[in-house]
Amino acid sequence: MHSLKNKMAPGAMAVLLSLLSLPALAQGAVKDEYKWLTFAVFGAIIAVTMFVTYFAARRVKTAKDFYTAGGGVSGIQNGWAIAGDYLSAASFLGIAGLISIWGYDGFMYSVGWLVAYITVLLVMAEPCRNIGKYTLPDILAYRNDPRKVRVVGALSVVTVSTFYLTAQMVGGGVLVKTLIGIDYEISVIAVGVLMLGYVLFGGMVATTWVQIIKAVLLVTASIVMVILVWSQYGFFGDFFDAVVNDPKVQARVAQILGDAAKNMTPQELGQRFLEPGLLFKAPIDQISLGMALVFGTAGMPHILMRFFTVPTAQEARKSVVWAMAIIGGFYVLTLFLGLGAAMKVGPSAIIGTDAGGNMANPLLAQALGGGRDSLLGNFMLAFVSAVAFATIVAVVAGLVLAAASAIAHDVYVGVVRGNNASQVEQVRAAKIATVVFGALAVAIGIAAKGQNVAHLVALAFAVASSANFPCVFLTMFWRRCNTGGIVAGMIVGTVAAIGLVLVSPDMTYPLAVKAASEKAIVVAADRLAKLDAELAALAVPRMKLNADLAAAAGEAAKVPIRAAIEKATAAETESEARIKAEIAATAKTKAAAQKKIDDLHGATTSLMGLEKPLFALKNPGLISIPLGFLAVFVGSLLYRDKRAEDMWDELYVRQNTGILAAKAGGAH
Amino acid sequence: MSANSINWAAIDNDPRFQRLRTKKSTFLTWLMVLSTVYYFLLPIGAAYFQDLFRVKVFGVVNFGILFALSQFVVAWGIAGYYMARARAYDAMAQELIDDAHKIRVQ
Repeated sequence: MHSLKNKMAPGAMAVLLSLLSLPALAQGAVKDEYKWLTFAVFGAIIAVTMFVTYFAARRVKTAKDFYTAGGGVSGIQNGWAIAGDYLSAASFLGIAGLISIWGYDGFMYSVGWLVAYITVLLVMAEPCRNIGKYTLPDILAYRNDPRKVRVVGALSVVTVSTFYLTAQMVGGGVLVKTLIGIDYEISVIAVGVLMLGYVLFGGMVATTWVQIIKAVLLVTASIVMVILVWSQYGFFGDFFDAVVNDPKVQARVAQILGDAAKNMTPQELGQRFLEPGLLFKAPIDQISLGMALVFGTAGMPHILMRFFTVPTAQEARKSVVWAMAIIGGFYVLTLFLGLGAAMKVGPSAIIGTDAGGNMANPLLAQALGGGRDSLLGNFMLAFVSAVAFATIVAVVAGLVLAAASAIAHDVYVGVVRGNNASQVEQVRAAKIATVVFGALAVAIGIAAKGQNVAHLVALAFAVASSANFPCVFLTMFWRRCNTGGIVAGMIVGTVAAIGLVLVSPDMTYPLAVKAASEKAIVVAADRLAKLDAELAALAVPRMKLNADLAAAAGEAAKVPIRAAIEKATAAETESEARIKAEIAATAKTKAAAQKKIDDLHGATTSLMGLEKPLFALKNPGLISIPLGFLAVFVGSLLYRDKRAEDMWDELYVRQNTGILAAKAGGAH
Repeated sequence: MSANSINWAAIDNDPRFQRLRTKKSTFLTWLMVLSTVYYFLLPIGAAYFQDLFRVKVFGVVNFGILFALSQFVVAWGIAGYYMARARAYDAMAQELIDDAHKIRVQ
């Protein structure tokens, strides 16, 4: 078996496996007869969260309840909620998928998402808790001109939330469609309606509980799956041994490396999966993304907002440490889930269902439970799918709450009404903003159907790290910082991050697409010619045997030849099926490449009118973060602001000591 | 208790606050630098020290896997160390909170 698979061309293996999983793509990963199971698990999770929202709704009376759950969330609860807010579908499905098809590089990618919380722990959580109220612009408004900084702060919050949210909405729609075959538009609307239900009626109280429930489900699902994976492949040393010796993994590496894999033994191919460099070619991109993560997480409005829900800085600290334990533990489990999926399901089958690898975890769950035709396998798939769905709803709820609070609290109440609004008016404003932004999210989700939105998450982190982080950090830690610096930093950071992405390799460049597609067509045509020749040559051994048979004299001589003919015929049939499958797949690849060229409609330039990227980095962090800081420095030094100077002592003492903070948070 | 009844400038000048501020910012700066440097060793190492990352430490488990896993241990270690040290800062801050209304310019 081993030798047979190793002899087979890896490309053929990949194609064959992806063909086998094609039916899954057409009708959703869940078979029709098991869909009730998926809906039952979905329904149960929705029922529990709705029940929680019902009770939460009665506790939400004031603006403080709506935005920060009255400041009454404990450190442990908040830690779970942060994890629930942060572990998006991109983490749960995307990273396991990356690991399952790219090995080591996928795991390396996950590290930055945890390390980011050290910045949150050391410089953001406690000072923000000590001086903040409901939103990120509240921190900026403490010593700067409230009207000006609330407007630029709210703009940045809405920008970051919209980018992040679009990625979630589109990802969610595609996910539900791939899993159970429900229409993209319907699943986007379902996410929107559910999320609105939670936020509108239960505010931050319900959002917090939805996030906690989702985080618990996510961690539980991961632990159960990892235990099953370990029970099959062994723990640590044995587990990695199994990865290296897995023929599907070896075939995948051979496919990635192409010609370079010719002289490698199967063992070496498997080992290569555990080494860096299969996915990431430009280290500078990784460093730039790392910077965006390490500083961007601390500037994410929906994460920052979570620190206003706890009563004290000590509880804020405790919540980050809990979040780090949960998030870090989750990523370590993901390593085993991703590699487990590579062995149990196989990278080719995973790519066959979804090119980005997002189906690795759901397919692994199904396989661990006994496969596509078993009740347990489908139950586990249903559970994982429902958790993924809950994940999207919970993350979207946090983002909509953050964006709505910036619009209602900062712009409407703070700027338009000059802080003169009753509690009833404030809550009403918050709810109206929630509905408006929620509807906008659904509209954007539907409008962006079919778009590649993966880089929008990175863009959200780029803006958060280049605009929000320098402003929030410097207003709390730099005496000379003032309104001029905040306005300049917010604008320059946001514009630099977005502007650099618009001219980066992330955009589509028709000439590059055309060149790559033309090359793919040539390769495919070559392969087709070779396959046709192979197909034509298939019958040769049998024909020769037939000739031998005719020439043979006597029954005794004919018996072994007949047996050989039978064997040759069987081999021929098998090879014919394999080659025909590969021909079909190669023809499909060729057609897809041709379609890519046709879809360009003769265009030669990107959205920005460029033939090739002006800026080499995929993530702008390396340039835009220093620019954001520089803008705050220059803006502050060029601007005179008496209030920012006068308020410095108060802000600095308060952020360091928490004087008055416990009172402010706990009084209720 | 309101912000107006507290002399913030006086607290800022209070030697206890100065001590808290200096100790805390020095400690946090070092911890931040350490964690950032350690993290960026991962993408840098994976790109420029691939031979080191390939070295098998035991069985098929190589240095790269152990180093990536160590990132988690170090991150948790830094969080735990900070938790422990922060108690001392809490105590120093509590003194200032208790005396907040009494501290006046000398």
